[in-house]
Amino acid sequence: MKITDKLIKGKANLEIYSETLIELGLSDKDVLAVTSDSRGSGKLVPFAEKLPEQIVEIGIAEQNLVGVAAGLASTGKKVFATSPGCFLATRSLEQIKNDVAYSNYPVTLVGISSGVSYGALGSTHHSIHDVAVLRAIHNLTIVVPADNFEAREAVKAAAAFDKPVYLKFGKKNMPHLHSGDEVFEIGKAFTIVDGSDVAFIACGETVAPAFEAAQKLHENGISVRVVSMHTLKPLDTDAILKAARECKAIVTVEEHSISGGLGEACASTILEAGLFLPFKRVGIPDEETVAGSQVEIFEHYGITGEGLCNTALKLLNLS
Amino acid sequence: MQKYSDYELEQKSVRYRIALLKYIKRANAGHTGGDLSCTDILNVLYNEVLNVSPGNFSDPNRDRYIQSKGHSVEALYVVLADKGFFPERDLETMCRYKSPYVGHPTRKVRGIEFNTGALGHGLSISTGIALAGKKDQLPYRVFTLLGDGELAEGSNWEAAMLAAHYKLDNLVAILDHNTLQITGRNSEVCNPYPIEEKWKAFGWNVVHTDGHNFAELRKVLNETPTVPGKPNFVIAHTVKGKGVSFMEDIKKWHHRVPADEEFEQAINELKVQLNENY
Ligand SMILES: Cc1ncc(C[n+]2csc(CCOP(=O)(O)OP(=O)(O)O)c2C)c(N)n1
Ligand SMILES: [Mg+2]
Repeated sequence: MKITDKLIKGKANLEIYSETLIELGLSDKDVLAVTSDSRGSGKLVPFAEKLPEQIVEIGIAEQNLVGVAAGLASTGKKVFATSPGCFLATRSLEQIKNDVAYSNYPVTLVGISSGVSYGALGSTHHSIHDVAVLRAIHNLTIVVPADNFEAREAVKAAAAFDKPVYLKFGKKNMPHLHSGDEVFEIGKAFTIVDGSDVAFIACGETVAPAFEAAQKLHENGISVRVVSMHTLKPLDTDAILKAARECKAIVTVEEHSISGGLGEACASTILEAGLFLPFKRVGIPDEETVAGSQVEIFEHYGITGEGLCNTALKLLNLS
Repeated sequence: MQKYSDYELEQKSVRYRIALLKYIKRANAGHTGGDLSCTDILNVLYNEVLNVSPGNFSDPNRDRYIQSKGHSVEALYVVLADKGFFPERDLETMCRYKSPYVGHPTRKVRGIEFNTGALGHGLSISTGIALAGKKDQLPYRVFTLLGDGELAEGSNWEAAMLAAHYKLDNLVAILDHNTLQITGRNSEVCNPYPIEEKWKAFGWNVVHTDGHNFAELRKVLNETPTVPGKPNFVIAHTVKGKGVSFMEDIKKWHHRVPADEEFEQAINELKVQLNENY
């Protein structure tokens, strides 16, 4: 993108997931959507209508969902186990750890309505801990797409991948951040715009506000880099260290607890490389998450163009 | 002891239904169908059965109510407000920025014992409270409300086994048996039947009731424990969306917020049942 490009609204990444899964399912009958009374929220009703033999309903039982998915995957099925991220990642944690990751069967775990998409429903429905717990599990790739392009490519990549993957989707319509001819690769971050004063390293639905912040900073003559770190594991350490070497400050942004997420992953990468620079994690702090919609929660914690712009200015000692 | 006539309870339920629809509409969020299916159960629990009030809420002897199907929180909030736990107008902030009244039960709201909303937790929690009651020889009873779709969560069956093992006859699990969940009929999603035989086999005392009949609910919920040493499973036969003609037994009303005309029609249907003298 060019820093001056206007953001154009696309669809919800979840819709792209559904469309892409139908394409994959039509050409391969081994592609299965497995749901836990979650096909509506997972936008999989069209999939179920087009491919009724390729959806497996589990009922409201997320542990069973993941165990069954692992069993199906062990026979060669390409399984997309789909459930709200809040329940999928922690209710089924042991099944993810043992049946999927440790046993090494290539289930794709799809955490829907994740982050604080279900804002006003309260903390039971937030998944701002999923990346932290899942990062600690060996043999699990974690991908959090930022826009429709990344979402489509991530679903295709997960289907073709021979290892377990956790994909995380929100509900909101996302603006386009790619022209569409980039090459998506698991583990390889995208530099959305390049710059050298401050770098935003963000993922998922927070990349768009980071880009808006970059635009505001650019208007003030500040050169900003925005990195979409769509793969949280394995981490693109090259992109992080490049930003640490070439920029004066780094702001990480995530729709997740600042404990155990993208920010901490970046910080440890930078420190272990012997680098030091002004650094700030933006996300949900360690407190009971404020009540409200996703938009209100983002505003409250400064995950907006303006909030992130101010954070960067402070970090650069310019405010 | 009977506190209200059936007619008085019926009038209360009409008011509860009007109120919960109003707050769902205002918040533009809520689980309409499941709220309406358990309104009469909550009505009888809080007005006729539970020894719980704002005055005794910290009394260790109080009865406990844990709403396992936490998504039906709007019905619970409205009943708690009527019982005086907080002013009903507080619910105007439901689901708003910084409001304590979020879309699932939270202990920030007076009258709520546990933060529920992830299904399949209530029965284990209730088993723990009932077990403590037995250990300390306290007189309280523990009630929990389960959804029928919720029965697929394995934790329910772990708790079912344990509650019978510890002979927790002070525990009453009520099933809001409206036969629907989000995707459709329970029997088409993950068949829970036979329900009665399963719980009996797990060592529970099982009774059936019409979940909208006040006299029956009052009798069944007050009579437990009927069998010494057995936890109680009350299958309350209910209608999802009960009380609003076009919402009854229709799956899309699980978490649909009524549009303006739908809202008006629903309120009108309920209002004609209101007797101003009550
Ligand atoms: C652990 C968990 N999984 C999924 C959900 C999402 N969810 C909320 S309500 C619901 C359907 C519940 O159906 P049922 O138990 O029959 O309740 P009712 O019909 O009384 O509304 C689902 C799947 C949840 N809240 N918790
Ligand atoms: Mg039900």
